[in-house]
Amino acid sequence: MTLLQVKGLEKKYPDGTVALKGIDFEVNEGEFIVIIGPSGAGKSTLLRSVNRLVDATNGAVIFKDRDVVKAGTRVLRKIRREIGMIFQGFNLIERASVLNNVLHGRLGYMSDFKGMFYLFNQSQKKTAYELLHRVGLGEQIYKRADELSGGQQQRVGIARALAQKPALMLADEPIASLDPVSSNVIMDYLYNICREEGIACLCNLHQVDVAKKYATRIIGIHAGEKVFDGKPEELTEDIINQIYHNKKKELVANE
Amino acid sequence: MRIESTYKQNIQDRLEMPIKPKKNIFLQIALLVAVLFFFFSLYQLNFDYARLISGTGAFLETLTLMVPPDISQWQHVLAAALESFQVAVLGTIFGIIIGFVLAFPAADNITPHPTVAWLIKGFASLLRAIPTLIWALIFIVAVGLGPFTGILAITVGAAGMLVKVFTQSIEEIDYGVIEALKATGAGWFSIVSQAVIPTVLTAFLSWCILRFEADMGESTILGAVGAGGIGWELTHAMRAYKFDQAFFVAVVIFLMVFSVELVSNRLKMRMKNIG
Repeated sequence: MTLLQVKGLEKKYPDGTVALKGIDFEVNEGEFIVIIGPSGAGKSTLLRSVNRLVDATNGAVIFKDRDVVKAGTRVLRKIRREIGMIFQGFNLIERASVLNNVLHGRLGYMSDFKGMFYLFNQSQKKTAYELLHRVGLGEQIYKRADELSGGQQQRVGIARALAQKPALMLADEPIASLDPVSSNVIMDYLYNICREEGIACLCNLHQVDVAKKYATRIIGIHAGEKVFDGKPEELTEDIINQIYHNKKKELVANE
Repeated sequence: MRIESTYKQNIQDRLEMPIKPKKNIFLQIALLVAVLFFFFSLYQLNFDYARLISGTGAFLETLTLMVPPDISQWQHVLAAALESFQVAVLGTIFGIIIGFVLAFPAADNITPHPTVAWLIKGFASLLRAIPTLIWALIFIVAVGLGPFTGILAITVGAAGMLVKVFTQSIEEIDYGVIEALKATGAGWFSIVSQAVIPTVLTAFLSWCILRFEADMGESTILGAVGAGGIGWELTHAMRAYKFDQAFFVAVVIFLMVFSVELVSNRLKMRMKNIG
């Protein structure tokens, strides 16, 4: 089953930077796709175009038969609440409690009025607690988010995204600001939970070895273009060079 | 040895000093004009050194008239002081309410529409462009003398400043936290109350305290033009040449403003500890 279709996606920023030059791909339910590519290749822009934190210049993003690019405010909120997202900088509300940060994942399902006045009900709180317990933070729920370590904060980020009961998870460099041990923990949680819950995942990474370890499929991006889309075992040294340095064979021969 | 000397020779031949950057001519001219204007004004306005000396004598004489302070009117003066304090409190709180409501749609990072942000910011700078004292004079024409005028004038002054500083505090927050809540599908009001307010709350509180300190000073001055409070007592006593009464009023004003600052400094320290 196709969950997400990205067709001819283009993005040009107001300052003239062309971040995406026509990207096409599809995401099927339950896939764990890792997007790799050098910094500035457009990975972040691509991910943000999916839930429209960035407005695409051209092309279409179809999530569950709804066009994200053309959606109005109401429809967009409904689409966004089914797409969880975790960030490189965790992006928790540091002065709010850990529990509240997870409850934020439910805001898309509440009226703006209820959300504004923190009117979360008991079952939402219980679910949030269960999610925190699942990522090993059951004891920390009343702590302020900024009291936690980086790895713990990212686990709260995962719990917040899971609170949305998403069909798709977007992970933008989830381990780029973590040490190797925490990185492993986070990738394990992310991968296992997505697989167990049948959540499809689009994950930006710049570590090729990590990508190969977890991905069911890898997409390589170079300078706003898709240069590879296939199984991890098809990702050869040559292709990696092409993704990261754009050294095509004939170019190398000409040197 | 030879190598070194040829090296030196080469260096001397080739090494030109980099061109010295030109001094800022504009700055030099501005400085010159300022100095000339200073002396021109001294001459033009008849700055009289003799009067400076005789004036000092007269001032010292007045000082002797001020002591001992006349506290016979203390009930009157303290009531007026309380009124000034009340004017400051009410004006600041109304200003905070207006500032709080307008700051969120005015902040570039969360505004519903850039035009809205632009309009509110323009409105706030209009409020700030006119000093509180002038606002008081305007409101005296509209609603007459008394504390009500003082409250309105302080409200307007406080709102003008607080909209600006609140907006700046909001614009300084990390856009990531707003993105994160947008991504959950949260609405605008939820994002403001769940993400923005907790993040800016302590900054807002310190601005409020700072503004209250300033408004305390403003409200004593406003009394002088008839907008209620202790300033009126001071003007009154001075005009009647009752310098001993005026001195007592001045002492009360000093104690009041000083204790407000003392308390607010304590509060700020507390907030720093909370973080």
